Amino acid sequence: MIRMKVNGKNQQFDGDPEMPLLWVLRDELDLKGTKFGCGMGLCGACTVHLNGKPIRACLTPVSAAANKSVTTIEGLSTDGTHPVQAAWQDLDVPQCGYCQAGQIMSACALLAKTPKPTDADIDAAMNGNLCRCGTYLRIRAAVHKAAEAMPAKPVKAANSGAASRRGGTK
Amino acid sequence: MKKNNINRRSFLQVTALAGGGFMLGLYPKATTVLAQGPPRQAPLVPMNFISIAPNGIVTLTSKNTEIGQNIYNTLPMLIAEELDVDWKAVKVVRADADNKYGGQFTGGSSATPGNWEPMRQVGAAGRQMLIAAAAQTWGVAEAECSTASGRVHHKASNRSLGYGELATKAASMPVPDLRSVKLKDPKDYKIIGTSTISVETKEILTGKPIFGIDVKVPGMLYAVMQRTPVLGGKAVSANLDVIKAMKGVKAAFIIEGRPLRSDYPNYLFEDAGFESGVAIVADSWWAAQSAREKLEVKWDAGKWGAQDSVENAKKAVELSKRTPMRTLRKDGDVEPVFNRADIKAVEANYTIPFIAHGTMEPQNCTAHFKDGKIELWMAGQIPQSGRTMVAQLLKLPESDVTVHNVRGGGGFGRRAYNDLMLDAAWISKTVGAPVKLLWSREDDMQHDYYRCGGFQFMKGAVDKDGKLVAWHDHFVGYGEGNAFAHDGGFQPNEFPALFVPNFHVQSSVMGLGLKTGALRAPYSNSTAWVIQSFIDELAHAAGKDPVQFRLELLAAPQITPAAPAGRGPGPQGLNAARMTGVLKLVAEKSGWGQRKLPKGTAQGVAFHFSHRGYFAEVAEVTVAANKKIKVNKVWVAADVGSHIINPSSAETQVQGAVIDGLSEMIQEITLKNGAVVQSNYHQHPWLKISQAPPQIEVHFLKTNNPPTGLGEPALPPILPAVCNAIFTATGERIRTMPMTKQGFSFA
Repeated sequence: MIRMKVNGKNQQFDGDPEMPLLWVLRDELDLKGTKFGCGMGLCGACTVHLNGKPIRACLTPVSAAANKSVTTIEGLSTDGTHPVQAAWQDLDVPQCGYCQAGQIMSACALLAKTPKPTDADIDAAMNGNLCRCGTYLRIRAAVHKAAEAMPAKPVKAANSGAASRRGGTK
Repeated sequence: MKKNNINRRSFLQVTALAGGGFMLGLYPKATTVLAQGPPRQAPLVPMNFISIAPNGIVTLTSKNTEIGQNIYNTLPMLIAEELDVDWKAVKVVRADADNKYGGQFTGGSSATPGNWEPMRQVGAAGRQMLIAAAAQTWGVAEAECSTASGRVHHKASNRSLGYGELATKAASMPVPDLRSVKLKDPKDYKIIGTSTISVETKEILTGKPIFGIDVKVPGMLYAVMQRTPVLGGKAVSANLDVIKAMKGVKAAFIIEGRPLRSDYPNYLFEDAGFESGVAIVADSWWAAQSAREKLEVKWDAGKWGAQDSVENAKKAVELSKRTPMRTLRKDGDVEPVFNRADIKAVEANYTIPFIAHGTMEPQNCTAHFKDGKIELWMAGQIPQSGRTMVAQLLKLPESDVTVHNVRGGGGFGRRAYNDLMLDAAWISKTVGAPVKLLWSREDDMQHDYYRCGGFQFMKGAVDKDGKLVAWHDHFVGYGEGNAFAHDGGFQPNEFPALFVPNFHVQSSVMGLGLKTGALRAPYSNSTAWVIQSFIDELAHAAGKDPVQFRLELLAAPQITPAAPAGRGPGPQGLNAARMTGVLKLVAEKSGWGQRKLPKGTAQGVAFHFSHRGYFAEVAEVTVAANKKIKVNKVWVAADVGSHIINPSSAETQVQGAVIDGLSEMIQEITLKNGAVVQSNYHQHPWLKISQAPPQIEVHFLKTNNPPTGLGEPALPPILPAVCNAIFTATGERIRTMPMTKQGFSFA
């Protein structure tokens, strides 16, 4: 039996401990926000946080999450008001949208470590996240925008839902 | 790619909603013509686009599939503008696959040109009926009423009523003739020309289950399928007992498949291909996929089992030395020109690889066969076609096949093919349970409908004035006899056809055992690279500036073709003035020839007309000594008509197309022993964020022409623009894609 915390909630899993965390999240816990793209850690669509660090859930056996805390896109905020989500919304970053949960999780991890990233910091942190639609220019702009909106002291992703955002159209 | 003539022969009909409110529908009378398939008769049933409930909620239906082109905004925005409601008060719903919507075709950048007029007319008709209802209620003349933000106003008496309050009455008003409705003066537009956030952005950003892969049906099982690695191959036997004994596995069986009708069918409409393979069904996808690692299949590879890309390339060179099999177009006579002493001739051979779509969301389809009927969930670009194919495969009436159109994680043409529907339908029927068939990335990359490869053997000549006087192209492609592989032919009427007095396009074909198909800007994505690179070669041979050479070419008197072979007389209606406009604009914006660039850095230019759009692009590229290239900046000038419906979305479509095009410069699919070699993103990469140009400046030149689409036409010019810049920077011409074959890569 594997116990872990997912988005602040206790969860347990008694299936194959080798099953990648991705499939436990998607098909066992019904958290469909984390996406399957390549199964080899090449595209980053499955990026989630394990104890706050970005990992590729498609390559991480669920056993590696035992007694740890997992945060997925659904755990950033209940209503899309996390500053990174808000910046993505304001700049209307997604095209097809499939990679964006992974992009956002990588961006959150970057901002937690580097609150005011340079373009080079963004490239280095986000290079493992493929966007097949090519929304990279807006992704970069949205990371900067989120950095401006984030409190000076980095907050934990899972409890930052109260942060304000600017809504509506551009 | 297709024409959608709903504006020509349609009429409106109103329906009163149960519980009040009204619904306005457009009855298509037309035959919707799909250029690449048989005409499909649209039946006389309404496609309902506007519903207004008594509580004032306005629901607009988007009939096309969302694959990232932002169509859920584009079409409803057109209706909302003329209906005169606030965009924020609008709810957009997606339509299932149903013939009642006329042609549901997501492709060919066709949605904007096909819907610009009819969607606005639908909105305007709705507004007119709401005004009529208000005028009657108040006993005033309609002409005294105006609308704003979802309300009808009578200024003289200072009265107003909301659309919701009027909806039920509006349902009894006379329906205006579509052609007679008065459309807004564009200066009064409040929505068209305004950036709106995509209607599903919030769902995307919060991880809501909106994609095909997220579909969940009670009692659903999960399937994987090991398809024959070679087209036309067959699974003879497999260790099914071993597989069935594995944990979680519910069923494992061989799918016989069905032979293709011919080697080169039109996969869009005739036959998506129901291929042989082995299906494994389990209680989780992971269990099915894990079981597959133990799967051993004996295959009969069939007739294509020895196919090899290296051999194909050799064959192409041999064919290039023989008399071409066909002439696709001939104007004047090139041979006497090439024999003249006062010309400069250039010969160059270009190699186009096969490439894959690689949508981020791997192909998947959920099917539920129950009580002789089937329900399917898939993001399909041509879902009606899939519905027909499933009905034929399972021998069901089409009315017993329901296809739910869901959001697709990218399409790029791949989701125009409905092969997964066939597989999923078959598997669900076999196991008698709802099944989600999900491909691995490897399945997806190795069983695509690839952008077809080919070889272009070019020869051109410029005279002593630097004028292009002869153009000969021997295209060696794939196919048999007069049939090219699907979307693998060559359009002989592409520019510079008509602009060169002596013009000869010929072709030869060799056999191919691989499915090919439409990839974002089909034909153009490879043709533009060859043509605009070769024009650059000729410009340099003529000793002319590449922009100037192109401007002169566009200004050349157009010839009158005697008897053109191929598809029509000209380069598909290219308007030289419009192309000249964007070429001049991009030269101006990029400071072409105005700035001194450091050594190893250069600009390149290219233009292309496709999908009704005029695009000219300049790329500024720095090439390091190790042939690592960095695209510093790209300028795009585009003429897609009088209005940009959603500027934010338009900009990102263009930027994405540029980045997509750059990715194509490092991609290749090859065949060995009949099977595709590349399996995942490491062998068929897309640009990473660090490799994307930091700036892609997009300029729209608004001209007095109807608005046209943006999904595709921005892509083709970027490849030659970059290659032309590399030539100027290094003196080396890239004639083989991927450019890695010549040692170039992105830094």
